[in-house]
Amino acid sequence: MNLTLSTRWRPGLWPGAIALFLLTAVIAGSLTALGALSDTAFIIATLRDPYFFQVVRFTLWQATLSTLISIILAVPVARAYARRPAFAGRKILITLMGLPVVMPVIVAVFGIVAVYGRSGLLNFLLQPTGISMSFELYGLTGILLAHTFFNLPLAVRLLLPAWDQITNENWRTASTLGMSSTQLFRFIEWPALSTFLPGVIVVVFLLCFTSFAVVLTLGGGPAATTIEVAIYQALRFEFDPAEAAVLALAQLLLCAGTALLLIRWMRVLSQTSGRKSDSRARPDTGARAGKLFDFGVIGLCGLFVFTPVAALVISGLQGPVAAVLLDTDLWQAAARSLGIALMATSLAGIMALGIASTARFLVLERRQKNAKEGLLLVGSLTLAFPPMVIGTGFFLISLHLKAVDTITLLMIAVVNALMVLPYILRSIAPVLIDSGQQYQKLCAQLGLSGWHRFRQVDWPMIRKPAAFSLALGGALSFGDMGVAALFDTTGHITLPVMLYQRMSAYRFDEAAVTALALVLMCVALFWILDRSLSR
Amino acid sequence: MTIVRLLAAMSTGLLIAFGLPANAEKPSLTVYTYASFVSDWGPGPLIEPAFEAHCRCDLKFVGVEDGAALLGRLKLEGTRSSADVILGLDTSLVAEARQTGLLNAHGLDLDAIDFALTWSDPDFIPYDFGYFGFVYDSEQLATVPKSLRTLVNDPQGPRIIIQDPRTSTPGLGLLLWVRKIFGEEDTAAWRALSPKIVTVTKGWSEAYGLFLEGEAPMVLSYTTSPAYHRHVENTDRYQVAMFEEGHYQQVEVAARLAHSAQPELAGEFLRFLLSDEVQTILPTSNWMLPTVRTQQALPPAFHEDEIPNTALAFEPTEVSAKRKHWIKRWLTALAQ
Repeated sequence: MNLTLSTRWRPGLWPGAIALFLLTAVIAGSLTALGALSDTAFIIATLRDPYFFQVVRFTLWQATLSTLISIILAVPVARAYARRPAFAGRKILITLMGLPVVMPVIVAVFGIVAVYGRSGLLNFLLQPTGISMSFELYGLTGILLAHTFFNLPLAVRLLLPAWDQITNENWRTASTLGMSSTQLFRFIEWPALSTFLPGVIVVVFLLCFTSFAVVLTLGGGPAATTIEVAIYQALRFEFDPAEAAVLALAQLLLCAGTALLLIRWMRVLSQTSGRKSDSRARPDTGARAGKLFDFGVIGLCGLFVFTPVAALVISGLQGPVAAVLLDTDLWQAAARSLGIALMATSLAGIMALGIASTARFLVLERRQKNAKEGLLLVGSLTLAFPPMVIGTGFFLISLHLKAVDTITLLMIAVVNALMVLPYILRSIAPVLIDSGQQYQKLCAQLGLSGWHRFRQVDWPMIRKPAAFSLALGGALSFGDMGVAALFDTTGHITLPVMLYQRMSAYRFDEAAVTALALVLMCVALFWILDRSLSR
Repeated sequence: MTIVRLLAAMSTGLLIAFGLPANAEKPSLTVYTYASFVSDWGPGPLIEPAFEAHCRCDLKFVGVEDGAALLGRLKLEGTRSSADVILGLDTSLVAEARQTGLLNAHGLDLDAIDFALTWSDPDFIPYDFGYFGFVYDSEQLATVPKSLRTLVNDPQGPRIIIQDPRTSTPGLGLLLWVRKIFGEEDTAAWRALSPKIVTVTKGWSEAYGLFLEGEAPMVLSYTTSPAYHRHVENTDRYQVAMFEEGHYQQVEVAARLAHSAQPELAGEFLRFLLSDEVQTILPTSNWMLPTVRTQQALPPAFHEDEIPNTALAFEPTEVSAKRKHWIKRWLTALAQ
């Protein structure tokens, strides 16, 4: 028995074990560094500190408001898309709605300032009418605006599959009962939607809760500071590692606690194989008022998402293009960002493959269904262990190291790898397990195993999703500013931090060109990675 | 295949990231300072060629946001820092900077120098000084507050831009100024001021830039700022509000760092800062008052009535002991 166990242990379990060991080592290492610096007396003092409470309160408050606004607006938009399944440009619009997810946060913030800022597009357009916008962009307003920009499209895309669960029989029954549009929503659409909503709410809430770049650029004053920004300020403004450690631990507890508490709702987000319904079967598509409403909502949402992108392109082209692009600092920073992105993505890719293949081994050969649940845990890792917390731990470790410059890049890459790992894992693991289930017997008959099996059977199956998610991971890591901002003391290490420096010095002309360059490089990197890997 | 590709990508990433050429190393002196010191119109571009002609070395200024952020940066980098000289802390931060143990005594004979203020510090040399003050745009602001108390307590008072005391020396100066006038009632004062604060910037440059763009009619700066507009732009549009209680004084200082590989060069640079050459450059480039009495009189753009009669200041050791606590009170007051 022992003998069989030990022989069966080897082939399938190693990759995942190694990947999980790496993961654990990274998390444990950074937690140890955090723990070593927080003594009990200091923790108690921090917990009694009124400013700490205000920061926590503001973090919760802005996350709650951002989530409410995003979700409440997303429901009618998603319903409009579901009700109009076949209009020209629908597919493009929905694809473009994915843009805010890939776009570097700092670039999007620039776009938002270019539209809603005091000398932005909106005030420029309003000028002839004599009206001027009176709201202050910097502060809670700006934070909510930016979070809605990111999460409204995300929520729409996550909610849309809910309508696929409604069957044609449902619609036909509703039709014979002569239900009005409101009744349809209440009795047919809402039950389907309400199974999806909690998961979407949890994801959006945690994303807003851990939002860093948005709050740093648009808030950051004492009245608008979140825990992640307070960690950054404790380290970078006041060099107080002990306070940063306590704040990071608090953030970890809050995030991990929320994630654990709500984990049963998060599983709803995994793909459901609901029977596709044809919404042309629904009885309320003909009414003119409904049509007007739907296209109005779709149009407004599109405008809201695309104006910042357009403003970004326009102001970028108007800026000092040549001066910025001829600056070698820009290209060195871009090269470092590229290096970090490639390291992070390949590391995350290898770890994801390792975990996924071991999970498949467990599901198929050990018949352990729990393996999938375990995967889910790793898949929601970044929601429970925000990269900033791990980054803070690493930063504290790096203070003890002499060769800080070289190690810095490696550390940023490792934290970014953890950030993109869930995306990659979520997209390849289900396909890999499916492929295993389909071809398990065939492979056994042909004697295909190990590397050959991977190359000839599994890789063709996972190629497309793997290429897409690796490309996405690369683009995300290239444009990420969180941990890089913490490590970068000069403002020249990575391109996103360079853009932040220019924005915070209010050098908007240069920032405009830098932002445009950054987003174009991101798109190019995505395209090249996707193309070259999917072939 | 994938794994091979991924490994290839990873090594490419490593190569790109680490293969970048390191900057050519020739004998050079690196000076960390605040952003406005090295801006195109600041003293940096004037001092650099002057000192390089003098020392035949490469003088490199590195601009960090603002003075208080400099101290954070210094603590952060510790002995790994590539800086030889730190320029731009002020008297509020000298005690705390000394505690880091990262400084090297300047070794200069200060008795031989005819200072305009009393100075005897083993580590720091004072290169200029001035007084914090609220500068306003006379085309936007009709009623100018006559005292800090009026500015704070008048609900109809002007909207202002200030700096963060954690990163900026003017921001810290205002915090100390308010503390000096209001004492234990500083929290109430900040709460009264809070609705009038348009934004809190990280450094002086950003705040002053936003002010000139018209984002607010008043900004925290120096009583000598209007001299710049008179001297360079020939306009009286920008004025400073002189306050009855007096103005908080700032002495800007520089020191050399203990781990520097160029201690002699660094010492030479400190001495150069106190030379007539630099001391006459500073008033019309950094828009502060010279610490050393020079042959040349101040340019006429500097007005006598913009130099306060009462200079307010805390002892550096007191600031060092209480800065954190006071900043926490500031944060708490403004967060509500």
